[in-house]
Amino acid sequence: MKQFAGFLLQERKAPSTRWTLLLSLVSIGVALVLLGVVFSLYGISPIKAYQTIFTGTLTDWSGFSAVLQRTIPLLLIGVGLVMAFRTLFFNIGAEGQLLVGATAAAGVGLFVPLPDPLTLPIMLLVGFLAGAAWAFIPALLKLKLQINEVITTLMLNYVAINLVNYLVQGPWKGKTAYGYAYTDPLKDSAWMPTLPGTNLHWGTLIIAVVFAVVTGLILGRTTEGFRMRILGESPSVAKYLGMNTLKTTLLVMLISGGAAGLAGVGELTGIHHKLLDPLQLSLGYGYTAIIVAWLARGNPLGVLITAPFFGLIFAAGDVMKVTLQMPFQIVDVFNGILLFLLIATEPLIRYKLVKAPEQTPIHTTRETPNGR
Amino acid sequence: MDAENWLVGILGRAFAFGTPLLWAALGETYVERAGVVNLGMEGMMLVGALTGFAVAHSTGNPALAILLAGVAGAVFSLLHAFMTITLRANQYVSGLALTILGTGATGLLGKAYEGQPLLDTLENISVPGLKDIPILGPMLFTDQSILTYLGILIGVLLWALLFRSRMGVMLRSVGENPKAVDAQGLNVTLIRYAAVVFGGFMAGVAGGFFSVAYRPSWTQGTTGGVGWIALAIVIFGRWNPLYVMLGSVFFGALYVLSFRLQEHISPELLNMMPYLCVILVLVLTALGKKGSGGVPEALGTPYRRGER
Repeated sequence: MKQFAGFLLQERKAPSTRWTLLLSLVSIGVALVLLGVVFSLYGISPIKAYQTIFTGTLTDWSGFSAVLQRTIPLLLIGVGLVMAFRTLFFNIGAEGQLLVGATAAAGVGLFVPLPDPLTLPIMLLVGFLAGAAWAFIPALLKLKLQINEVITTLMLNYVAINLVNYLVQGPWKGKTAYGYAYTDPLKDSAWMPTLPGTNLHWGTLIIAVVFAVVTGLILGRTTEGFRMRILGESPSVAKYLGMNTLKTTLLVMLISGGAAGLAGVGELTGIHHKLLDPLQLSLGYGYTAIIVAWLARGNPLGVLITAPFFGLIFAAGDVMKVTLQMPFQIVDVFNGILLFLLIATEPLIRYKLVKAPEQTPIHTTRETPNGR
Repeated sequence: MDAENWLVGILGRAFAFGTPLLWAALGETYVERAGVVNLGMEGMMLVGALTGFAVAHSTGNPALAILLAGVAGAVFSLLHAFMTITLRANQYVSGLALTILGTGATGLLGKAYEGQPLLDTLENISVPGLKDIPILGPMLFTDQSILTYLGILIGVLLWALLFRSRMGVMLRSVGENPKAVDAQGLNVTLIRYAAVVFGGFMAGVAGGFFSVAYRPSWTQGTTGGVGWIALAIVIFGRWNPLYVMLGSVFFGALYVLSFRLQEHISPELLNMMPYLCVILVLVLTALGKKGSGGVPEALGTPYRRGER
């Protein structure tokens, strides 16, 4: 136990929501201050930068719709990753799962003749299944052969990027694309409706919100959710109880990959309407969603707050690029700083600050010989 | 061109392309031997690459550039060391954060260097005498970067240190059973810090190789996923510097092949090859062993004194 300025750092029985929220907000605040330092080093006044971001994203409808539009993939993938992380599966492959979902849906939209009303639902279904299948490979390799999922999910990201590149430059290259690397546009029935004057494909947004709520209910209220929580919190207990951990982990990975696949279908049918350069299709949503999930601290409903926050960060990146000619990588800088702060403050969640007693502080011998 | 020349050509270039893989993977081997995983490889390499380019660009001294690329990688890796060793944060997430931050920071700072030519690059050299050996001469000792020769020497040295010296025993023990090392009065924290920083230096040099020697230029994200392959090579090489050297040449050869076969097969499909091969190799490695041969026992777990 450590004491400073009349306060004592005490271990808690269970982390409290308020304390966790406070720590998260402090982390975000510190990250914003550090980002301000980066702005000034870059020769831009931080106050002006934050003003520009604020007016560019939150004061008018077109700016705000851009925030919501960026929120959609982050929400879908973020919820899926919360599930994956809770069962101790480090799915770093959402980027690839998104791309594969978009690709499979594009394949259906371009080459499979379907009645108009069925086109979008089937594309969504196929996209979900493709993303899930892409996640199934590393899940199976981890469960059956104990192969580290971080490496395999990442490798599959690069495979997916090259797969999309191959298709748009080769067999799927559009007749109308001339020198460019993209497919023909999807037919009208495969376009996700958007709010007028924006790229906000609200259908996917609704799906994403429903997905977050349903996932929260599954995790909190069902037996399967209980299994998932045990598996994440204490794998040895799960084993002792004779749980089928294989089935639970596979289920979680299918949901996680499928959600990323859905996000890909959303980007494809709501914004681009054709398969194109993978780096334009996903702007690193799969990686940013890791931070979205981490900030939500294992709660699918928490993603309903953290995903819009990062949607705002992405939209801010666009504003910085257009208005202040700053490279978009400023978003990565912020994300990196914030992720470091989040994991650095993680241990504090298990502690609370209490007023130290009047008497001489008690030193327990357990922590003091740490010697650092 | 006859088959022998073709093969010698491929393998020669494989050594060249395997060089950054070799430096990065050798460094990570020591990091993981000490019980720490650093997934920040891409980030550290990019920081090294940008530093190397900037130094070479402003001083015209490529050797200094490579050295400072390593130093920059080492300094950057301190962040990971502090997070995972001192604060005992999740090693995977910290490594990812290092990659995200490194990618972002170099993209931001490197903007001014994009498209700039580099006049003083690290020249390739041939080793007099050795280059006349049949097959091996043209393959390995002709027109290669000095970093290729150095990398191979260091690889052998690191192997000897790891398995034939007291220091190696100490390092391996920290990764296997930190408690026992602590009980002997050695400083686990210090050894782990040293390993992580060493890994950062090696990754930084690997990055510098890209921007100062291999294709002397700076572009955003110039390492293009090579860092992840280096991480896989460490697993493939069973945390043994000699196998890691083999793995680096093997994956270097894969890259070269993917350039050479472009006339026949689409380059995008060929670009998938190294990544698919990583998975394939991991599967074969997993199938080929029973138990967890080679994995440091305490890999990925923070060490806390006084905990039972």
